[in-house]
Amino acid sequence: MRKISAARISRAVSDLCIQANMVLRNDVLNALKNALKKEKNKCARDILEKIIENAAVARKESLAICQDTGLPTVFVELAEDVKIIGSLKQAINKGIEAGYKKGFLRSSIVKDPLGRGKAGYQPAIIHIDLVKGNKLSLTVLPKGFGCENKTQLRMFKPTARIEEIKKFIIEAVKDAGADACPPYVVGVGIGGAADYAVFLAKKALLRKVAQSPSRPVAREIYKLEQELLKKINNLNIGPMGLGGKTTALAVNIETYATHIAGLPVAVNISCHALRSASCKI
Amino acid sequence: MQNLKVGDKFFLTGTIYTARDQAHRRLFEDIKKGKKLPIDLKGTIIYYCGPTPAPKAKIIGSCGPTTSSRMDEFTPLLLKAGLKGMIGKGRRSKEAIRAIKKYKAVYFLTYAGCGALLAKYVRKAQPVAYQDLGPEAIYKLEVKDFPVIVGIDTKGRSIYE
Repeated sequence: MRKISAARISRAVSDLCIQANMVLRNDVLNALKNALKKEKNKCARDILEKIIENAAVARKESLAICQDTGLPTVFVELAEDVKIIGSLKQAINKGIEAGYKKGFLRSSIVKDPLGRGKAGYQPAIIHIDLVKGNKLSLTVLPKGFGCENKTQLRMFKPTARIEEIKKFIIEAVKDAGADACPPYVVGVGIGGAADYAVFLAKKALLRKVAQSPSRPVAREIYKLEQELLKKINNLNIGPMGLGGKTTALAVNIETYATHIAGLPVAVNISCHALRSASCKI
Repeated sequence: MQNLKVGDKFFLTGTIYTARDQAHRRLFEDIKKGKKLPIDLKGTIIYYCGPTPAPKAKIIGSCGPTTSSRMDEFTPLLLKAGLKGMIGKGRRSKEAIRAIKKYKAVYFLTYAGCGALLAKYVRKAQPVAYQDLGPEAIYKLEVKDFPVIVGIDTKGRSIYE
């Protein structure tokens, strides 16, 4: 058994919060730069330039990329041969609070969803997966709520045609329209149960947005991602919804086994400021 | 304001006030009850924004716009009370657009998801009301050359239509 202390986890989470919120993911930044090369619409080009400039300013001045520093979501891969000394959950929440305070990030979490009250920094949403080995992997995804509010889930019939599923995904992007900071990264979860499909749609956002056939996705899924991306970019929503062919930077699909009676499909859209940071202990 | 046309880009200099969800709810309820408001809405521009805290030696943190449509249900009454302009991102409801036209107000867009960049145009920031709301408090901002695009003009024409 390899021992990892709670304090070490807190420190790591704190650093990840700051990194994720201030340094835009390289794959996202590159996708934005590539989009700018291809975009012809003048207004869209201007907005893309500002988004790229914003990332540079945030990094240089240690400011949050976006004032909505999100509802911190933490993905944990806990190896079976790791023993945590202390409470993992407490360690993560302590790390979140420390990182958000240190980085001057926003307190956006209300403890009581109905009573609301004063906003604080945590608790985070924590997803734990058990894996083989002796490492602990942590990923912090501080996702803003402008785009989170556009999440959709539909429970399709098991006999649904692929065309219906494509239409649902494209309609979800149309519904988000100008409101949730396009260009988007479209996370899609197919399969599992209702809760798991939505989880997969969010997890899909952690995958690199740079498109390459060598990624670990089945060929059919890759083809589906490409087809959807093309169709979404023909919607003429564009950056800030003011037109252009850059409506999405990527469509990332994750799949899982499901029940013979159903076919859940979830769409979890990210704004262009798709932020996450990972580390391994 | 009357001369501004939908799609016009320009730079705003002067005083604006931040207000988002909970501040809107309070202003709305106070107007309905006939109470005195903590800020004078007459001729005012509200920025839908909840900034990050100002790091040391900075005026303000990241301060981009939040989704405007969440404020739609409160907008007509605020306009009736004298509000003249709003800055945010995204579409507005039919009711909000109708009220913008009726009260000859303007809805501006600014660069969405560019809060670090927009902080450069803020020269002063001071919380003036509802400080118990933390990032949702009303801040008085002095801005210089703050970039905006006319999203809906006084004639009710929308950039998204």
